[in-house]
Amino acid sequence: MPNPVEDMVLFTLGPIPVSRIIVVTWCVMGVVIALAAVVRANLRVRTPGRLQQVVEGMLDWLGAEIRGIVGRPPEPFIPLVASLFIFILAANLTSLVSSLVPGLKPPTADITTTAALSTVVFLAVPFYGVSDVSRTLALAVRLFGNMLSGEILFGVILALVPFFLPLPLMFLSLITGTIQAYIFAVLTIVYIGGAVKVSEKHEAKETAQ
Amino acid sequence: MTMEMVAMIVAGATIAVGSIGPAIGEARVAASALESMARQPDLAGTITRTLFVSLAMIESTAIYCLLVSMLLLFKIGPLFEKAVEAAQ
Repeated sequence: MPNPVEDMVLFTLGPIPVSRIIVVTWCVMGVVIALAAVVRANLRVRTPGRLQQVVEGMLDWLGAEIRGIVGRPPEPFIPLVASLFIFILAANLTSLVSSLVPGLKPPTADITTTAALSTVVFLAVPFYGVSDVSRTLALAVRLFGNMLSGEILFGVILALVPFFLPLPLMFLSLITGTIQAYIFAVLTIVYIGGAVKVSEKHEAKETAQ
Repeated sequence: MTMEMVAMIVAGATIAVGSIGPAIGEARVAASALESMARQPDLAGTITRTLFVSLAMIESTAIYCLLVSMLLLFKIGPLFEKAVEAAQ
C-alpha cells in the first residue's frame, strides 16, 4: 500500500515541487471557476436557469445558517463561507472520480490542502474578531482525517472485494464528503460568530466606560 | 520482532482503543438529540446543526488516533527500523 500521508511529486516549478494533489486542486479550481463563470453569464431575474436556481438555493441556505448562528445579516460572511463550502464540496466529490483512476485521491485527503484552508479561517477570524490556534489545527486535522480514512477504507475494500462492494462505499463517501464540507463551513461560521460576539462585548464595555 | 512490527501492533491498538470513547460519546449525543427533537420538533433545525458540530468535535478524538496510527505505520516505524539498523 502506498504511503497515504505523503504525496508523490510530479515535477518541480523552479524551486517549488508540484505534487499530484496540487494538480488535482488546480483542476477542481478550474471546474468551480468555470461553473461560476457560466452561472454569471446566464444570470436572469425573471427566468432563472437550473444552475442559477441551484446556486441561489445553496447561498440562501448558507445565509439562513449564518443568520441562525451569528444572529446578524449574513452578507459580510457569505463570500468566505460560501467559497470554502463550494471548494471543499467540489474537492470532496472528486473522490468519486479518483476512485476510478488508480493512485488519485481528493485534495482534501492531504494535510497540506486542509492546513491551507484552516489557515485561511485562522487569518479570517481576527479580521472579524479574535482568533485561536488549537481550533485551527483541529479544523485542518478533522477534514484531512475524515477524507483520508474514507480513501483508506475504499482502497482496502477495493483490494479485498473488487466487485460491487465498493459501490455502497462510493455512496457513503458522497455523503461523508458533503457532510464534511457542511461541517467545515458551519465551524467557520461558529468561530467567526464567536469572535464577532466577543468583539461586540469589548465595544459595549468600552462605550460603557 | 522488528521495530516495524512493534509499530504496526501499536498502530492497531491505538485505533482500536481510541475509537471506543468517541463511539460511546457520539451514540449518547445522537440519542439525546433524537429525544429532544421528538419532544420539541420546532427546534429540530437548531438541534440538528448543534448535533453536527458536536459530532465533528467528538469525532476529532478518533481522527487524532487515526493520524497517530498512520504516522506510526508510515513515518515512525520505518524511522525506528533505520535507527536500529544504523545502531547495528
